[in-house]
Amino acid sequence: MKNNNISGAEAVMKSLTQEGVDTIFGYPGGAIMPIYDALYSYRDQVNHLLVRHEQGAIHAAQGYARSSGKVGVCFATSGPGATNLITGLADAMIDSTPVVCITGQVASHLLGTDAFQETDVIGISMPVTKWNIQVTRAEDVPGAIAKAFYIARSGRPGPVLVDITKDAQFGETTFEYQPFLKMRSYSPVPKIDVAALNAAAELINSAQRPYLLVGQGVLLSNAESELLDFVNHTGIPVASTLLGLGALPANHPQYVGYLGMHGNYAPNVLTNECDVLIAVGMRFDDRVTGNISKYAKQAKVIHIDIDPSEINKIIPARVGLVADAKELLPELKGKCQQRNHSEWIEEFHKLDKLEHEQVIDGAINPSSNELRMAEVMHMLSEKTKGDVVVVTDVGQHQMITSRYYKYEVSRTNITSGGLGTMGFALPAAIGAKLGNPKKTVVAVIGDGGFQMTVQELGTIMQFNVDVKILILNNNFLGMVRQWQELFFEERYSFTDIQNPDFVKIAEGYRIESTKIEERDDLSSALDKMLNSHGAYLLEVVVGKQENVFPMMETGAGVSEIRLN
Amino acid sequence: MVNTSFNISIFTENRIGILNRITIIFTRRHLNIESITASESELEGVYRYTIVVNTSLDQVKKVVGQIEKQVEVLKAFYHEDDEVVYQEIALYKVSTKSLQNGSSERILRVHNARILTIEEGFTIIEKTGKPDELKLLFNELQGYGILEYVKSGRVAISKPMKTLETYLKELEDE
Ligand SMILES: Cc1ncc(C[n+]2csc(CCOP(=O)(O)OP(=O)(O)O)c2C)c(N)n1
Ligand SMILES: [Mg+2]
Repeated sequence: MKNNNISGAEAVMKSLTQEGVDTIFGYPGGAIMPIYDALYSYRDQVNHLLVRHEQGAIHAAQGYARSSGKVGVCFATSGPGATNLITGLADAMIDSTPVVCITGQVASHLLGTDAFQETDVIGISMPVTKWNIQVTRAEDVPGAIAKAFYIARSGRPGPVLVDITKDAQFGETTFEYQPFLKMRSYSPVPKIDVAALNAAAELINSAQRPYLLVGQGVLLSNAESELLDFVNHTGIPVASTLLGLGALPANHPQYVGYLGMHGNYAPNVLTNECDVLIAVGMRFDDRVTGNISKYAKQAKVIHIDIDPSEINKIIPARVGLVADAKELLPELKGKCQQRNHSEWIEEFHKLDKLEHEQVIDGAINPSSNELRMAEVMHMLSEKTKGDVVVVTDVGQHQMITSRYYKYEVSRTNITSGGLGTMGFALPAAIGAKLGNPKKTVVAVIGDGGFQMTVQELGTIMQFNVDVKILILNNNFLGMVRQWQELFFEERYSFTDIQNPDFVKIAEGYRIESTKIEERDDLSSALDKMLNSHGAYLLEVVVGKQENVFPMMETGAGVSEIRLN
Repeated sequence: MVNTSFNISIFTENRIGILNRITIIFTRRHLNIESITASESELEGVYRYTIVVNTSLDQVKKVVGQIEKQVEVLKAFYHEDDEVVYQEIALYKVSTKSLQNGSSERILRVHNARILTIEEGFTIIEKTGKPDELKLLFNELQGYGILEYVKSGRVAISKPMKTLETYLKELEDE
């Protein structure tokens, strides 16, 4: 397709539509005005949501990418617009989320002159992007955008930023779009090393207590059904990282729970009892491993990841397999014997029983007068059968949600994992809804984090985004308070937060809202929220000084996780 | 773990900003770069960086992994000093008068150095070699008063290595 003489700005829009983009989150400003002007003619093809802060734009793009599996796109102007994206870029980088950000930049002759709203966005964003590029000529626009999408979505996905000077937006170019297919310096799809594959199969076949850990890599590779086949065939028990929740349905008989600092007891403790540890699409984050000198020392580790630099980065691998899970799991399954590990799985169940007795039963059926976060999330999980998109913010409510919500479906768990960005959930929920419009989207947010991006209620209002907002209000920066209680002698230094009337705030944005404080009201309030038409805010007041347990303390190993 | 001197050779596409992406990897890990040089390699459009760091084997492996992960890096290698042939170049500016006692000829011969220029006020001596050799000449010339001294970063070529061309072919065939 060849068009004569269009502007660089229009080339941006044409390139985006060629990439199949139909949703953009953004905020205009001086240096990106030509692109916004071009966007005006594309309103029937592209749904642009005007956010209320650029951080909201990128978190929404992340939520969109995570719920849809497609690349999320956002627009921002130069200077402050672009710097407001940085937190989201860092978040997308560490959580491997495919996002393309297009930023306006001052005209190229002004670069380096401290011109109005000039910031070195390329320099600032370098450590938090998989790739970035500055475009100073209109004719370079299509190529740069094609490459941006290719890099963002291929291999281990990540955020890409394309900074386009204003003269490049105004400049004229002929337009010819060619999807980017290959670059010699980058091999996103590694070839499977057959010797390593055989070695892995051999280890698995001779294992008595094999144990499989799954991470977000399984989702990113769309390998859920391949995982299921592998798991059914090999009989191996499976645990999930925070971002891997939903990769295997929680009700699968071999699913043994959630790993990490506030994860389930059995999957953490028995990490140090397995003989072969198979990790797929996970990176041994310190929140998963605890103290690495006490991590799975007895186990022969098979590490499967698409990113070669992850192998041996944290935990030495007996066998490292650089591969795409979707391709690899069927190959590996073909070489593995059909097995049944029910006795070994029984050991997980024994510890699980202990966790139920000491933690879970009391948390979901509390004797206290105050509502507890766990009972709220347990009830939500039961009511929705683990099949709504749950977007969580960061803090106790996040850990409680990942513990008590039983994710049965892939891509229904959206949270800021690696960066732990408070303020993520509200905008990410907007994106998640647009990325998967048929599903109910519930954003579970703390009273603190809600106030970090509360302005996105305006986006929800203006574009009628149907998200259910569930505020678990403990009137505290709860997670930090918990640490102060346990490790800083209850010196509650600035975690006692004074909150506004959340219901009134929602009213101000014409969003239906309710606040409840009593257990008797919980069930009907959740029903009302889930059955509401359009956006809804439910504030649930919960106990002020709850702690999340189990917990792995700093320096502790996985098997030293405390139940209380 | 013990620290060793490692020579990291990096081959990249010729693109603005790639050096920045590479140095960030060192800074982030609090690693000091001892020296760095960059030039075009034997293949047009392929740039070659030689970076010297003092660190552990474990760390250098991870750093090289992170460097290779950069989208526009073609290949990165690390080698210990005895696995590479390497040189540095130093220039010494000494007052011409102080050298006039006839010792300059001996110094040049012993140190295998040469004179680049002699002006009325100063003489510039050049020497190529290993850091300790450059230092020896420095020490000797100090007796004559060194007006200025500058030394380049290291350039290194590893002894056993497939040619860059073979690597590129492999990458392109993938
Ligand atoms: C942007 C940002 N600032 C600070 C923190 C540190 N932090 C982690 S959890 C937390 C408390 C969150 O409080 P709230 O949103 O009320 O959630 P709760 O823990 O009470 O459920 C804080 C301050 C963070 N993760 N992100
Ligand atoms: Mg709170």
